[in-house]
Amino acid sequence: MINYDVDVAVIGGGPAGLAAAVSAREHGAKNVVILDRNSWLGGILPQCIHDGFGVEETGTSMTGPEYAEKYIEMAKKHGIDVMKGTMVLQFNKKLEITAVNKKGLHKIRAKSIVLAMGCREKTRWNVMIPGNRSSGIYTAGVAQAFINLYNIIPGKNVVILGSGDVGLIMARRLKFEGANVLGVVEILPYASGLPRNVVQCLDDYDIPLFLNYTVTCIDGKERLEQVTIAQVDDKMNIIPGTEKKIKCDALLLSLGLVPENELASDVGIEIDTVTGGPIVNQYLETTLAGVFACGNCLQVYDTVDVLSADAKNAGKNAAKNLTIQKEDKKISAKIVPGKGVRYVVPQRLSECERVHLTLRVEKPQESSMLRVIAGDKELLKKRLPWVNPANMIEIDVNIPSDTIAFMQSLEVTLDDH
Amino acid sequence: MKNFQVAIIGGGVIGSAIARELSKYKLDVVVFEMGSDVASGASKANSGVVHSGINSAPSSLKARFCVEGNKMFQSLADGLGFPVRWVGKCVIAKNEEELSELKRLKQVGMDNSVPGLEIKDGSEINESNVSCHAALWVPTAGITLPYEFTIALAENAAENNVKFLLETKVTGLKKQKNGFLIKTTKGDFNSEIVVNAAGLNCREIVSMLEEPDFQVYPCRGEYLILDKKYRSLVNSMIYPVPVKELGVLGVHITPTIEGNILLGPSAEFIDDAEDKRTTKEMMKTLLKEAREIIPAIPDKAVINAYSGMRCKLASLKEGGWADYQIEEGKQTPGLINLLGIESPGLTAAPAIAKEVTKMISQSIKLKTKNNFKSRRVKGKRFSEMTPQEQSILIKKDDRWGRIVCRCEHVTEAEVIEALSNPLGARTLSSVKYRCRAGMGRCQGGFCTQHIVRIMEGQFNIDVKDMKLKSPDSNLFYGRTREVKDD
Ligand SMILES: Cc1cc2nc3c(=O)[nH]c(=O)nc-3n(C[C@H](O)[C@H](O)[C@H](O)COP(=O)(O)OP(=O)(O)OC[C@H]3O[C@@H](n4cnc5c(N)ncnc54)[C@H](O)[C@@H]3O)c2cc1C
Ligand SMILES: Cc1cc2nc3c(=O)[nH]c(=O)nc-3n(C[C@H](O)[C@H](O)[C@H](O)COP(=O)(O)OP(=O)(O)OC[C@H]3O[C@@H](n4cnc5c(N)ncnc54)[C@H](O)[C@@H]3O)c2cc1C
Repeated sequence: MINYDVDVAVIGGGPAGLAAAVSAREHGAKNVVILDRNSWLGGILPQCIHDGFGVEETGTSMTGPEYAEKYIEMAKKHGIDVMKGTMVLQFNKKLEITAVNKKGLHKIRAKSIVLAMGCREKTRWNVMIPGNRSSGIYTAGVAQAFINLYNIIPGKNVVILGSGDVGLIMARRLKFEGANVLGVVEILPYASGLPRNVVQCLDDYDIPLFLNYTVTCIDGKERLEQVTIAQVDDKMNIIPGTEKKIKCDALLLSLGLVPENELASDVGIEIDTVTGGPIVNQYLETTLAGVFACGNCLQVYDTVDVLSADAKNAGKNAAKNLTIQKEDKKISAKIVPGKGVRYVVPQRLSECERVHLTLRVEKPQESSMLRVIAGDKELLKKRLPWVNPANMIEIDVNIPSDTIAFMQSLEVTLDDH
Repeated sequence: MKNFQVAIIGGGVIGSAIARELSKYKLDVVVFEMGSDVASGASKANSGVVHSGINSAPSSLKARFCVEGNKMFQSLADGLGFPVRWVGKCVIAKNEEELSELKRLKQVGMDNSVPGLEIKDGSEINESNVSCHAALWVPTAGITLPYEFTIALAENAAENNVKFLLETKVTGLKKQKNGFLIKTTKGDFNSEIVVNAAGLNCREIVSMLEEPDFQVYPCRGEYLILDKKYRSLVNSMIYPVPVKELGVLGVHITPTIEGNILLGPSAEFIDDAEDKRTTKEMMKTLLKEAREIIPAIPDKAVINAYSGMRCKLASLKEGGWADYQIEEGKQTPGLINLLGIESPGLTAAPAIAKEVTKMISQSIKLKTKNNFKSRRVKGKRFSEMTPQEQSILIKKDDRWGRIVCRCEHVTEAEVIEALSNPLGARTLSSVKYRCRAGMGRCQGGFCTQHIVRIMEGQFNIDVKDMKLKSPDSNLFYGRTREVKDD
């Protein structure tokens, strides 16, 4: 075992981990280390060679690798230790991390830990598509890695299931490489990726989008040969007689992302079953004191800009954790999603102050009213012009110091009026 | 043209067990397997149960080989390094009528000398999620990993000089003066004896030499796999009373070595023996039938599905049950046929192998090798080692420090070892079945790209030739552009 002591250990060197590490240094942490199992920094970004990153944050549109490079430079300047090719196997309640790389096994004792492990993609089996177990079925992100990092083309005639952003971007990317993209199939009545991606990746290239459709069977004893798609009703049941067969040699799945949290749940950190990420308070601290979470392992973000901003907070708080007393946390109230709201992060409140909430709604809706309520008190009321589950909503709300004393939960709701 | 003394057609568990048994003797043995690896057929997709012998009529071959095979399992597992666990099974009766069926099964078991059988009251069984009227407890039933078992047999045979020719399909057989001419997709061969262990293709092989006097009725069995989170739903295997009309054991609940639970199999006689598709309807039926045993199974517990194909010699109309036929070709001496090797074939394989060896010894005098390696050296998995063991290995070879599969914590060294197997099997599934890379929750999302890089960089496999599991299951279309990094 090779032993180290650090102030802040950041698990994952994607944009979230980089931003958190930089911010931890800026806020006084001396020894900060980033651990990443990849042989590179930047997480998923090096394979996202399209542009559109950093628009909100910097005003210019960058490619994924460019955006990552900016943070990698900053990390270098701040003297942050980086351990690449290093897999974190586990950590315990005393914040001792076990990691492995080609040099050996490492034990890293940290005063604070920042979780920034990102997420993984849902597979065929998350939605149980029947049929053959053929080759040629890839998740969209894996296909993206093969094309953009390794110059390997997964297939020539492609169907994409799921209209998440990764799927939409891959539709265009495959078209660029000369593949036939036969359609994007989406079970919901609307695309689940960002509206700008529907326009720029599908409409501009005449790629059909089948809404209210799903893949019902996969055929191909060895390599994929065809998929069957069929229309669904409003209860998601297949409508008999609407089946269409599409000959293809690849099926890409863009079914959504699952935060990667085995490390957290193994040590007993509570996970929110809706977000898939750890339950956190407004400091982004998990239910294990001294462990903070950010990035896509906390919740799946739409854009990297908002993700980085939140991750900086996690880094700052991890640095401050070195100086504040843990008992300072005065209260422990819940923040719960009410009518029309799917989830809210943070899920806990440890002190009454101005807090930053991020949330997603349940379904697309024209003009609606967002409210933050504590018992019979309305803390915030805001009219929203158009909401969509694909777009995360951010709001800041003032929580006066007497509000929570008698109320154990804060509710966020969305109404028509 | 190469001459062999024994040619085995089929690298399933039966062919592999026979190959391993024959490798104890000074013999030139070859196995032809049309798949890209052994365990490509029924031997990969089944329940993985080491049966006890309560389900087959006394005096049947099924009963005899099952009971004998069961007794051989533990020492084989110890020597060849594949897992077996004696979890036992409960056959449950829902009412008084089914209880009489339990009594019948117990009697059959006792006639077959199956030890330890006990009928218990529903309240006495050690299964808090199962409610039943009564249960037959079968302590000698166990579980194994069928593909690891088959691979272990085959690799040990290969280490003892049996030749395995993968992706080699036997397309024709001709009787000659001293044995057979064997036509394959990889050329012609000669052999004194031919063993037909081609599973569902057994009839096709017979028909290359004589008119078969039997039919094969493929019967598909679908399964659902539950997430490891639900492993504690059962302690042992839970079976309903057998479905007599179909000649099968019914949808049962089986814990696996890896810590998942299987629900299945269904039983559906179909025409196309290669149609291994799973279906939405059957997925629903399996859940429904499994819930009749354990009501507490949630929908979201299901994380995967697959199917296997039974090789039946009796049709649905005939009740689906027929005994194995293990005999020389009626008009073709020297051809040893293994017909209708359905369940409990996995369990019976080691005993069947002994029987076939005995049959061969009648025409070829068998001399034991004195350098036979009865044990297969199989190292521990990285994830099962102590930190000390891990550290020592990384110091010796730093590829033990590179994790390639994030879910199962498989290292680069283990992937390389899997790809260096003595059979020369090089598909993505060959890697998965040997070191578990790709078996976890992300289903290869992380490791596929790393394994592909290892295949390309260290085994010189062109991306166009990389396969998922079988000769035509190519992974990729090709390169976006030729890259030359000099
Ligand atoms: C295809 C695609 C297109 C996108 N397009 C855009 C866009 O146009 N604009 C935009 O703003 N955003 C876009 N995004 C979103 C953005 O890329 C992600 O939100 C962001 O990369 C997530 O950052 P992260 O740091 O949380 O996770 P990641 O980037 O996934 O990084 C997590 C890191 O943690 C490491 N890790 C995990 N577990 C361990 C462990 N146990 N030990 C060691 N290391 C570990 C991983 O190796 C990885 O490097 C896109 C994303 C994808 C996938
Ligand atoms: C659903 C199901 C559940 C089962 N459950 C159990 C259980 O729990 N316990 C138990 O003991 N048994 C069980 N069995 C039975 C067991 O799986 C089989 O008896 C056993 O796997 C048969 O092995 P095999 O080698 O005969 O056939 P296979 O594994 O099918 O092997 C035959 C091989 O021959 C090859 N081949 C065919 N034709 C040619 C050719 N022309 N040239 C070259 N190669 C050829 C094929 O590719 C194949 O690999 C189950 C079976 C099924 C289908």
